Amino acid sequence: MKATKLAVSALAIAAAAGAAEARDQIQVAGSSTVLPYATIVAEAFGENFDFPTPVVESGGSSAGLKKFCEGVGENTIDIANASRKIKDKEVAACAENGVTDIIEVRIGYDGIVFASDINGNGFAFTPEDWYKALAAEVVVDGQLVANPNTAWSDVNAELPAQEIMAFIPGTKHGTREVFEEKVILAGCKASGALEAIAAIKGDEKEAEKTCMALRADNRAVDIDGDYTETLARIGSNKDGIGVFGLAFYENNTDKLQVATMSGVTPSVETIASGDYPVSRPLYFYIKKAHLEVIPGLKDYAEFFVSDDMAGPDGPLAEYGLVSDPELAATQEAVAGEELMN
Amino acid sequence: MTAPRRSLLAPDPRTIARNRAEARFRAYGLGAVGVALVALAVLLLSIFGNGSSAFYQTYLEVPVMLPEKSLDKSGTRDIEVMKKVTTVGYAKVLKTALDEAIEANGIIVEGLGKKDVGNMISDEAAAQLRNMVLADPTLVGQTIAFEMLANGRIDGYYKGRVTRESAALDSNVSPAQLDLADALAEKGLLATRFNLDFITAPDASDQRPEAAGLGVAILGSFYMMIVVLALSLPIGVATAVYLEEFAVKNRFTDVIEVNISNLAAVPSIVFGILGLAIFINFAHLPQSAPIVGGLVLTLMTLPRIIIPARAALKAVPPSIRDAALGVGASRMQSVFHHVLPLAAPGILTGMIIGLAQALGETAPLLLIGMVAFVRDYPGGLFDPATALPVQVYNWTQRADPAFVERASGAIIVLLIFLLIMNTAAIVLRRRFERRW
Repeated sequence: MKATKLAVSALAIAAAAGAAEARDQIQVAGSSTVLPYATIVAEAFGENFDFPTPVVESGGSSAGLKKFCEGVGENTIDIANASRKIKDKEVAACAENGVTDIIEVRIGYDGIVFASDINGNGFAFTPEDWYKALAAEVVVDGQLVANPNTAWSDVNAELPAQEIMAFIPGTKHGTREVFEEKVILAGCKASGALEAIAAIKGDEKEAEKTCMALRADNRAVDIDGDYTETLARIGSNKDGIGVFGLAFYENNTDKLQVATMSGVTPSVETIASGDYPVSRPLYFYIKKAHLEVIPGLKDYAEFFVSDDMAGPDGPLAEYGLVSDPELAATQEAVAGEELMN
Repeated sequence: MTAPRRSLLAPDPRTIARNRAEARFRAYGLGAVGVALVALAVLLLSIFGNGSSAFYQTYLEVPVMLPEKSLDKSGTRDIEVMKKVTTVGYAKVLKTALDEAIEANGIIVEGLGKKDVGNMISDEAAAQLRNMVLADPTLVGQTIAFEMLANGRIDGYYKGRVTRESAALDSNVSPAQLDLADALAEKGLLATRFNLDFITAPDASDQRPEAAGLGVAILGSFYMMIVVLALSLPIGVATAVYLEEFAVKNRFTDVIEVNISNLAAVPSIVFGILGLAIFINFAHLPQSAPIVGGLVLTLMTLPRIIIPARAALKAVPPSIRDAALGVGASRMQSVFHHVLPLAAPGILTGMIIGLAQALGETAPLLLIGMVAFVRDYPGGLFDPATALPVQVYNWTQRADPAFVERASGAIIVLLIFLLIMNTAAIVLRRRFERRW
């Protein structure tokens, strides 16, 4: 069979040539939130060092960490970007495939902001407002009932009488987890609903789950795409309020107005000081076994957390990253190749 | 009983009804074509409306003094020593040059912030200047005319994306900067012109949309198409010839036939999953490499080539084969000397259309690491690269609004390539195809 012979020989040649060539550029994959920062660093790294520009893939924190944990070797990635901490389950999966020595690097913080169309109403939210607006079931007179609120003024008399319409990140995004924990659950606790539900259900864990269950009647719309999709949705539905990363908002201040949360306007300063409540740390993870093999890997990691890049006056902060106050400790840890515990 | 009177001049009612039905059908057909044309026009208008500006870019051109003091402290012009000066150092040189040019031309603009002048210049310009100086260290100490990219927002002002109203709200640009840009343009220091870099330059990070180009993507797509062509043409043609001319008709060939038709309809993402499992995880080929992309696209394209190739072979009349066999040719001779040359235009047309489909494919490349930020030009099939449709996908996800124009511009480039390929297919068919 001519066809099969050709196919087999072509594959064999390809495989042989691939094996013979060593990889000389760093490969990174993971969170789409960290992606812009990683590309800014990669670009500057390629320009100022004698190493090739690292290849940065997107795809989400979970997908990146899964790829990261596939094993050790030249055809696996060197670094996984993540907008959340690596989970124990993932560490176990890594260890199973031989990825045992992992270096964790925290690069800074990302703020999650709530923004609406620039020509619409301004908002001053509290987590409680969001819980009451978006929860699937709320407590009324000691009973759990389907959420009856239809306008923001139903939730809080001080808010404008605007239809509730929220564009929130879909479940595959790391941002969703932060939104549920730091806004919805916090609001549930603050409003006293958590205790009330726990009293009804008789179980704290179950009550938390009920708190975080969001309504499914088209007032809370999951956005599985990127922030550009959320922005487009707000463009076509002026009553909508979207959940964005701080960096995205800072790049689109001519189209969006940002809402305050508990009276604090989100900015790099208020997030760094901890006054603005909804933020999360960003990380990347390095395979220690690759430090010796892939040229420039350590230089890249050190360059990433250097003051020139991740510092308060660096290009990452300019783009919207909230600089880590403990950056010096991170720099030392990277220099010393300290493993995560 | 007499037959109803019929006149050849006046149509009877049934003829009228039939003629009406035909007229209606024609109107439906015309309507359908009309709807398709309107949809195409809307699509093209929106793409060209958004994207044609990507081929133009705003540049600042000022004399730049390259001071030895900051660029080569040692004074030795030793490349290794000079490399220690990073792009940050070169950005300062450019800012000073722009400051001096503003002063020399007597431009005074009210309300400029401290960083506003420096922010007019793209970050990319510093990198370009650094590469230029490192390539030719003798430039240090001289004053050169240097053309630098203007910041994306300033560029947007000349493309109608940024207005004074939006600039007042925008945290990345101020109305004073736009005043300065206007003043610079008046003195001829700032101009918008054709931008070849959009085709040739590599991708750029979110902070410098003005520098992003398609170079790596075009090269990556080109490498993949070479792989697809080199593999799928011989394999596809050999399969088609064997199945059509030599294979005995039995259950085995029936199974193959069904499978080929079936594979042609499999969603392309499935081939991506297969490629990840076989080429990367099993054969240990590198990630993000055009060779893997090419192999995956080959698998996807093969059935789409085999089917038209078989149709082309089938269209060659049996009399040709019979005549060849009749004068003593072997079956192989009859196929290679007579049938295949006659079927070649049809096979090539199918091939080109298959390649065009492969060129526009994104989904399978997602899984093999080609949806990535790649800045170095791939030197071969094994170096990381992206592809044209992937670059479109990447740019639509970026935060900076300037990337919308870039994405549409990339679609225009992709459409031009597809148009060229499809036109070639039509021309080939028109010129060489024989009807029997």
